[in-house]
Amino acid sequence: MSEYTLSGARTALRDGSVSARELIDAALDRAAKTEAELHAFLTLDHDGARLAADAADAEFAAGRDAGPLQGIPVAVKDNMVTRGIETTAASQILAGYVPPYDATAVARLKEQNAVIVGKTNMDEFAMGSSTENSAFGSSRNPWHTDRVPGGSSGGSAIAVAAGSAIVGLGSDTGGSIRQPAALCGVVGMKPTYGLVSRYGLIAFASSLDQIGPLTRTVEDSVTALEALAGHDPLDATSYRGDRPDFRTGLDGGVAGLRIGVVRELSGEGFDADVETAFRRTVDLLSEAGAEIVEVSLPSMETSLSAYYLIAPAECSANLARFDGVRYGSRHDGATVEEMMTATRADGFGQEVIRRILLGTYALSAGYYDAFYGQAQKVRTLVIRDFESAYRRVDALVSPTAPTTAFEIGSKTQDPLSMYLSDVCTIPSNLAGDPAISVPVGCDGDGLPIGFQIMAPALGEAVMFRVAHTVEQLVGFEQRPPMLEVWA
Amino acid sequence: MSWEPVIGIEVHVELKTNSKMFCGCRADFGAAPNTNICPVCLALPGALPVPNEQAIEWIVRIGLALNCTIAPESIFHRKNYFYADLPKNYQISQYDQPVCTTGHLDVDLDGETTRVAINRVHQEEDTGKSIHVGGGGRIHSAEATLLDFNRAGVPLVEIVSEPDIHSPAQARAYAQQLRSLVESLGVSDAKLEEGSMRFDANVSIRPTGDEELGAKVEVKNMNSFRSLERALAYEIDRQTEVRESGRRIPQETRHWDEAAGITQSMRSKEGSSDYRYFAEPDLVPIVISEERREEIRATLPELPHERIARYVESGLDPHAASVLVSGEMGLGALFEEAVQNGADPKQVANWLTGETTAYLRKRETTIERTALTAAHLVQMTGMLTEGRLSSSAAKDVLAGVLEGEGSPEDVAAARDLIQMSDTGAIESAVDSVLASNPDALEKLRGGDMKPFGFLVGQVMRATGGKADPKVVNEILRDRAAR
Ligand SMILES: [Zn+2]
Repeated sequence: MSEYTLSGARTALRDGSVSARELIDAALDRAAKTEAELHAFLTLDHDGARLAADAADAEFAAGRDAGPLQGIPVAVKDNMVTRGIETTAASQILAGYVPPYDATAVARLKEQNAVIVGKTNMDEFAMGSSTENSAFGSSRNPWHTDRVPGGSSGGSAIAVAAGSAIVGLGSDTGGSIRQPAALCGVVGMKPTYGLVSRYGLIAFASSLDQIGPLTRTVEDSVTALEALAGHDPLDATSYRGDRPDFRTGLDGGVAGLRIGVVRELSGEGFDADVETAFRRTVDLLSEAGAEIVEVSLPSMETSLSAYYLIAPAECSANLARFDGVRYGSRHDGATVEEMMTATRADGFGQEVIRRILLGTYALSAGYYDAFYGQAQKVRTLVIRDFESAYRRVDALVSPTAPTTAFEIGSKTQDPLSMYLSDVCTIPSNLAGDPAISVPVGCDGDGLPIGFQIMAPALGEAVMFRVAHTVEQLVGFEQRPPMLEVWA
Repeated sequence: MSWEPVIGIEVHVELKTNSKMFCGCRADFGAAPNTNICPVCLALPGALPVPNEQAIEWIVRIGLALNCTIAPESIFHRKNYFYADLPKNYQISQYDQPVCTTGHLDVDLDGETTRVAINRVHQEEDTGKSIHVGGGGRIHSAEATLLDFNRAGVPLVEIVSEPDIHSPAQARAYAQQLRSLVESLGVSDAKLEEGSMRFDANVSIRPTGDEELGAKVEVKNMNSFRSLERALAYEIDRQTEVRESGRRIPQETRHWDEAAGITQSMRSKEGSSDYRYFAEPDLVPIVISEERREEIRATLPELPHERIARYVESGLDPHAASVLVSGEMGLGALFEEAVQNGADPKQVANWLTGETTAYLRKRETTIERTALTAAHLVQMTGMLTEGRLSSSAAKDVLAGVLEGEGSPEDVAAARDLIQMSDTGAIESAVDSVLASNPDALEKLRGGDMKPFGFLVGQVMRATGGKADPKVVNEILRDRAAR
């Protein structure tokens, strides 16, 4: 029961073969069995979830249907605020903070009678690629518990992979949905910037952050995105046009599509198994009728450094509000300034402090032009590179991450090697374009490998179409081996 | 050596929109602390700003009225600094791409008009309010600091002049005329006492004739036009003294101490503070098309200089016209209403710009706080025209009305100031005075007018000063001619 896909559960709920209550009980039972090992959740909302499931069942009984998420267990990353449920973004500075309002994405879930299982673990304020930067302890990869699940949306990826939720909500600033999806063997997608409201998402880097779904299949990803996307008057950067059609052509295959392989996103630093799985998948696409062309995007090489100036710069301001004055933890001081300083010094973890300092420096008088200003120019180049590529191809592909899940603790002392985990995913955030990761196999250690499909802004339909085709062609059926033990 | 003061003024105007700049909270003044707040203006985690369209329309109005260029596209920036009453610890403001640039305001002072160039007009948000409790209310000795976030996020417009102002009086005139401008645009209450209009001044001095600017001193905390003028006069004298003694003026921020009448150096980091401005990623550019700009221009009401011209055309002298438009607040509205209800424009203007203005200054109060209404002005000028009130009695009557003693009729009756215009009564008073002064009457009849004044005085005394002197004159002449 815990291995339902969204579409499977959706049908089962409507033909009466399962109830929302049975689904949430199974999800909570799975969480109970796995949490000690995986630590996917920061908060499990047992009572609220069961009430919501019973309410969903009552709706079904009354013949009311608020859409495909009705009665579906959803795990929500802890950087989306939930009214009445503690929300910390995995930071000590927000320990005990209970928001008075729901993020728009959460409100949409509730309007559609989804069942929120709980709040998932993450790297503090979404800063990290391994979920090791959580102030409340690391999470572990369900495929191999000595390995990281990826991050920062590690908890949501684990929940979906391990069966304690059918859909996970993550946020992706530089790959934080796609990279953990790849490392945990699930589907994770980052929508076009502006498609899903950021209202109530605790900001890391406002111009890059985007909420998106983690699911078991590409079709489920489409369904979840349909439920989340739409204009929100509370987010000034929210897309104002009609919601694009994501589903049309999903089953249309790739015959006649031109697909570009990004030359810069392979080679040095990429695991051999990752490269092999990637090439094999590209070959399958070619056999299925896609025209494969190699595309060079020279700006990819500088995009990582641009990202590590822009994101910290924005975060240095976004995180300024955590000062102990109005909410969250507070450390006393003789003056207001001392109180703020002590609160922030104790409340933030090392990586968060590192990025705040980096960003503050990048914005400082005398350094702005050389750092932040220059980074914005690189960002413009990335956008131009993508635009010119999309004049020639319908979609671009690359591995999602250069490696499979690495050992816990292996990169925590080396931030730069950790930052390299996101080299393939960052460019889409800089450009504001959609991208998805689909599992396409496992490496020699039995760890999942992700395949990334990128498309131009609002090009979700073609992205999903390629992703769906990849899924069909590859037929990735593996599940974490421990699932049998946990079942 | 003679020194020329160089002054630039930054004016903050709080807009009177219904809601705040970036959220739906009410923006009005005087609510109980922390009642007009929400996740956005409290900067709760995850909250995002959404710009107030009305505020943007209004800043365009201000810009157009100040002859500014309206940017087709402008952007918000984050101004980063930590302060307990600044919820996000950054202020959403504008930096190098404000809504309005390069305008001007023509300032009238003592019959002369000078043009003050406007550098920029930009949109931003207000902060909350810190209330320091215990330890004399000063931040460093306070036992506790209370925070009220009602004002946090209220839309502010900052109007920055070029350093085109060269005297405290001109600075005052500029500030007053700016206030009447935003008031006439209907975009702000522009009340200094409530802080909905505030100004800072940049002051330096240079040897007369020099082009180069001296070190700039920023003067803050001037809460009235009078204190603006006083603070600038003090600061100019102080700088002159320092320069003449051969010392230099450091660039700094100084605080005007109203009670002591001096400016004092603030332990300031202002000059060196780095606000790390960067484009606000939570907001999209403000786009104002040519069409939209012209649409807004078409809604501009009569502007102060246009109103002054209209008053002058209707017979007022330019000084009175400009006092009505840019002097003490509310005079213009009273004038318009009284004239609409039939009062003589010149008379009303005289009473408002003379006695009333003097009264307001002396009492340091505003017209709204007095009992004077347009109906009172109509009644009082009517009594003057009818001869039931002498000009000198009218001064007393007006003072009584301003004090809230009632209508002009009530005050005149209570103070026994109604002029005797009953010809019969005055005739009998004249006749009885003449009866007791037969010599004087003889002289008049003989063509010697010397005793005339004496006789008028006697009649006025006999009537307790209430006889209309004009009528007394007429009757005396009549008796002399018999
Ligand atoms: Zn608010």
